[in-house]
Amino acid sequence: MSALGAVKGFGVTFAHMFRKTVTTKYPFETPVTAPRYHGRHILNRHPDGLEKCIGCELCAWACPADAIYVEGADNTEEARFSPGERYAATYQINYARCIFCGLCIEACPTRSLTMSNEYELARDSRKDLIFTKEQLLAPLLPGMEQPPHEMYLGETEKDYYVGALTNPGTSAGAERAPWSDRETADGSGATA
Amino acid sequence: MGIEEKLPSGILLTSVEKLVNWTRKTSTWGATFGLACCAIEMMAAGAPHYDLGRWGMEVFRASPRQADLMIVAGRVSQKMAPVLRQIYDQMAEPRWVLSMGVCASSGGMFNNYAIVQGVDHVVPVDMYLPGCPPRPEMLIDAILKLREKIMQEPLGANGRKMLEARKARGDVPVVAPGSMPSSYRSDSAKRVEWTQAVKEGREEQLRIEKWMQEQRHLQAGGRW
Repeated sequence: MSALGAVKGFGVTFAHMFRKTVTTKYPFETPVTAPRYHGRHILNRHPDGLEKCIGCELCAWACPADAIYVEGADNTEEARFSPGERYAATYQINYARCIFCGLCIEACPTRSLTMSNEYELARDSRKDLIFTKEQLLAPLLPGMEQPPHEMYLGETEKDYYVGALTNPGTSAGAERAPWSDRETADGSGATA
Repeated sequence: MGIEEKLPSGILLTSVEKLVNWTRKTSTWGATFGLACCAIEMMAAGAPHYDLGRWGMEVFRASPRQADLMIVAGRVSQKMAPVLRQIYDQMAEPRWVLSMGVCASSGGMFNNYAIVQGVDHVVPVDMYLPGCPPRPEMLIDAILKLREKIMQEPLGANGRKMLEARKARGDVPVVAPGSMPSSYRSDSAKRVEWTQAVKEGREEQLRIEKWMQEQRHLQAGGRW
């Protein structure tokens, strides 16, 4: 073992001082997740503020962890929450059970349920981890009105669903890429 | 929890409480308790890329007697439950438990006879962290929230009495300790926004709003 060996060894250690730091600055700088990262859910709204959820419970059926609880109810002329017949009177996602697999998103027929990339969900009680409809619903954007109210976008619910692809409301995750339009007949993106 | 329980009233003041809590919250050493896939993320959080050493807790002690924080990372089977309890009992007070991942928090998708439906059936849990498995940032977020909670802990019997009195007066912080996301708490502008949103009861909407603002394909009519 020569003295040169020791110098060589320390040289490796010393060289690390000039390397780039790999450590992320997490709480001060939030990292950009993958665009389709499975995070916290959002219950979306139509462009006039009506809820997209129709209370069909398909998300609850698809959920492998039984984390979703939905109670549907009938829309009436006096109190309309979503276009069409039914809406979700109760909607809960238990984040103490949810495994963020996204099967509920795939099951949703109206693109009501989508996922955001938010992940800072830790809480100190299991009760706080059950998110209710009020917490899950998307915020009201300009031009939206808090339901219950009339259908503003047309006479029947069909006016909401036909052409909905070109006007997704707040559906994060239901938006269409430029190349998607090529797949439709007239190139408008609408499926009539 | 220790000698402070025996001290007469009037000795420990609020500033001492703060000092003690500060010494407790900084460098909470974790007890090694990786049980499943969450442990991989826990190890990743301890490694240089995420570096729990920034908060003085990169050492996961093999002996529970040297540890302050037990991160239950993974599903706890019925057979593992007594072991878990023993490790917890061997830890010196003050001690905290972080239930990492949905399996530890509630059983997750394993709703069956083999898995304990939430580690809080066995030990008291201070912070629940959902996710399957949670990414290292989520673990860091949970740890930071727990540190915030430790900072607010009352010291000794009199400290608890004072806290009860404050609660009875309604003198509680607007944002409950350990409920604000770490990225909001570490940014002074966002912290103010979150506090305001909590007052209005719309903090979750604020979170979605902020997220949507960052998504450029949601701008300009919902197109890319």
